[in-house]
Amino acid sequence: MISLTINNKTYNLDVDPATPLLWVLRDHLDLVGTKYGCGMAQCGACTVHLNGEAVRSCVTRVSQAAGKKVVTIEGLSETNEHPLQKAWLELDVAQCGYCQTGQIMSAAALLRKNSHPTDKDIDAAMAGNICRCGTYLRIREAIHLAADMGKK
Amino acid sequence: MSQPNNSVNRRTFLKSSALAGGGLLLSFTFLSAFKKGELSADLEAEDQWYEITGYIKITPDNKIKILNPNPEFGQNVMTSLPMIVAEELEVDWTKIIVEMGPHDNVKLGPQFTGGSNSVRMYWKPLREAGAAARQMLLLGAAQTWNLPVEELTAKAGMIYHEKSGKSGTYGEFASRAATIPIPKGVKLKEAKNFKLVRNSQKNVEGQKIVSGKPLFGIDYKQEGMLIAMIEHPPAFGMKLKSFDATEALKMPGITDVFRQTLYEPGMEQGGFDTRTFNELLVVVGKTTWEVMNARKKLKVSWEPAGETKDIINGRTGKKEVVVPGKLETTSEQRKLMQEYANRPAQQLRKDGDPETAFKNAAQIIERTYNAPFLAHNCMEPMNFFAHVTADKALLVGPLQAPAWTEPLLSKVLGLPADKIEIQMTRMGGGFGRRAYGHYLAEAALISKKVKAPVKLIYTREDDMTYGIYRPMYTATYRAALDANKNLIGFHVKGGGIPEHAIHANRFPAGAVDNYLAEAWEIPSNITIGAFRAPRSNFNAAAEQSFLDELAEAMGKDPIDFRLELLKRAKENPVGKNNEYDADRYAGVLQLVKEKSGWNKEENKKYSRGVAAYFCHNSYAAHVIDFINKDGKPTVERVFSAVDCGIVVNPDAASNMVEGAVIDGIGNALYGALTHKEGAAEQNNFHRYKMIRMNETPRQIDVHFVQNDIDPTGLGEPPFPPVFGAVANALYRATGKRYYDQPYGPQLNSAKRAF
Ligand code: FES
Ligand code: FES
Repeated sequence: MISLTINNKTYNLDVDPATPLLWVLRDHLDLVGTKYGCGMAQCGACTVHLNGEAVRSCVTRVSQAAGKKVVTIEGLSETNEHPLQKAWLELDVAQCGYCQTGQIMSAAALLRKNSHPTDKDIDAAMAGNICRCGTYLRIREAIHLAADMGKK
Repeated sequence: MSQPNNSVNRRTFLKSSALAGGGLLLSFTFLSAFKKGELSADLEAEDQWYEITGYIKITPDNKIKILNPNPEFGQNVMTSLPMIVAEELEVDWTKIIVEMGPHDNVKLGPQFTGGSNSVRMYWKPLREAGAAARQMLLLGAAQTWNLPVEELTAKAGMIYHEKSGKSGTYGEFASRAATIPIPKGVKLKEAKNFKLVRNSQKNVEGQKIVSGKPLFGIDYKQEGMLIAMIEHPPAFGMKLKSFDATEALKMPGITDVFRQTLYEPGMEQGGFDTRTFNELLVVVGKTTWEVMNARKKLKVSWEPAGETKDIINGRTGKKEVVVPGKLETTSEQRKLMQEYANRPAQQLRKDGDPETAFKNAAQIIERTYNAPFLAHNCMEPMNFFAHVTADKALLVGPLQAPAWTEPLLSKVLGLPADKIEIQMTRMGGGFGRRAYGHYLAEAALISKKVKAPVKLIYTREDDMTYGIYRPMYTATYRAALDANKNLIGFHVKGGGIPEHAIHANRFPAGAVDNYLAEAWEIPSNITIGAFRAPRSNFNAAAEQSFLDELAEAMGKDPIDFRLELLKRAKENPVGKNNEYDADRYAGVLQLVKEKSGWNKEENKKYSRGVAAYFCHNSYAAHVIDFINKDGKPTVERVFSAVDCGIVVNPDAASNMVEGAVIDGIGNALYGALTHKEGAAEQNNFHRYKMIRMNETPRQIDVHFVQNDIDPTGLGEPPFPPVFGAVANALYRATGKRYYDQPYGPQLNSAKRAF
């Protein structure tokens, strides 16, 4: 049995401790906002927060998450009104949308550490997240916009 | 299920009557399987939906729903197509419920995403549907109120009779309207009266996307569903010989390992039934991770497939295609292409007397361009849900062309088409890849075999190494100049594995007196498919780089040179069948010249490259500015000009152009799928470099030519010319011309030449 705290809820699961957190979220807990893109920490689609840090859940064994606080896109904000989510909507960032939850989770971890990132900070923090549709400019702008919202 | 009580008989009756004209359709079974999540939130069991044309449903309390007919893969049709309906319907957009339509080609048209066709092909039918529905509602009100319909007006979901001050909601007349036959030829709005179209509206699924709702095929789930994966051969040209699953079957969660033939020998394939491997080794289990793990325990022997034959009945008719058995290696493919390039080829077009022009030329410029296979790399890997029973099949997932895949499913399952239901989810990208429905057939056969609902998932590695790539291309361009540096002859000879890219009737055909286009092809077992602007995505790189070099040799500005050629093509066109409109082509060049400040002193600090291209009925031009950062040319800004006729949803359209620019820069600099002994050398993103945020420009300015031409398509046209503009800008940055894609690896040692 592994005990997990995800989005402030506790789950007790009987899974192989080596299972990546990604597949526990998706297959066992129906938290499918966390996406599979590569399975090897190359694309960022699976980004979640582990004790506030952005991690790639595809290479994070579920046992590593035991006893820590996991936050997924579903728990980023109770009302789905995190400044980043609002900024994303304001700038209509998404195309296909598949990468965007991972992008938002990476961006949220960045803003927590750096409430006013420069372009350079953003580029560095977001370089692990691929957007195949090429929405990068809007993502960059949306992060700035969310940072400004946070200031107000 | 959201069927109201006692609806079965009525529904059957009404469904058939609906074919004769507007009808009442009570239930909406599509998506009923989405038990969790928001997709079912709109479906309230008690709602009575009256169908007013196939695209519109209205309840008595004036809930108005518009069905998006076409699959959504990021081109934003879920928003733009319903906007077109809503414009003519006269409704308050903010109150509209938009829903993905079921697969129903009778009611909802061709339902095909690709070829930059969604808005183009639905523009008229959706306007007509909206206008017809509005008229039906007006007639319904006229009947109810016993007033002449001419005295009524419709506005924002309401009907008014000004004289008497009467008014009512659409919903009040929906039941009556639904019984009125769909009128034909209702007058459509003039473009100048558009209120919604041409005004940016937000993505109707934006909220669901940013909150991680289960929108995609890979998110789909049903009670008792199993996960399936296919262990593909390690190389093109190989096939399954035998396997030992003893260890794999001992792994937790694994329910089945078996061999499955995909297409029976001799099966006639449609043009989009392309598949790479026919003998499937299938692993089925309870969860994704368990199946992934069990695959590692398989003991498999593979063998060369040898030469095989396919019967293809595609666009060009029925033919037998011989698939060679050789295990191919990229360096050998290149050599072979050089050999073919020197042989006589098929003539595609000839104007004037090119042989004499080249014989008499004072100067001949000849350049050869090459490009590798490209993988689509949709962010959401291929996957599909299938539940096949003895007498019917349900398939749910991401695909671009349900109507093309249904006949294939019918064939492999032995079920009539009306027993096959395909539901389309949002796609995590498509780019042409999901027009090929082999993965639905795979999922369906697996479900049939294991007698359970199954979701087939490709891992990234499965997805990237499977094939259906953009072909490998080459082309040699030659120009003949006379002593005064006038262009007197133009020759292009192109080839590819297994298809060439040459569009013989495109610019500069029509602008040069003596013109020759030729092509050749080399068969291969590496499968290919449509990739965002097929063929054009190579031509625009090669031809637009060549024109840049030509302009320089002629001492001309690259934009002015193109404009001169276009002037010639317009005023005194050479030959027949020129596919492009010279005015619209020149229009995007002029616009990008102006918007980029092409000749302005302050822009001299940039290494600027320009390119323009016509494809899929639309026109696009880009100026791309590079700067030198840390000794390396780095893309800084992009100016884009596009003529795609009326732009339905401008901000979303800009987003798509921005995406095409990024996609183009990424593929021009990094995209490559190479092979060794038949095996793909890139199997995940650590080997296949994708453009990332830190490599993108700071700014992309998108400008649309303003005109009232019916929409001509946008998804593909801005993509191809990016390659040419990148190559031309890199030349200005490094003093070196770039002939081989991808350009990126050649830059590391590049020094700024001037
Ligand atoms: S799926 Fe985890 S980084 Fe790609
Ligand atoms: S929006 Fe499609 S991958 Fe990012």
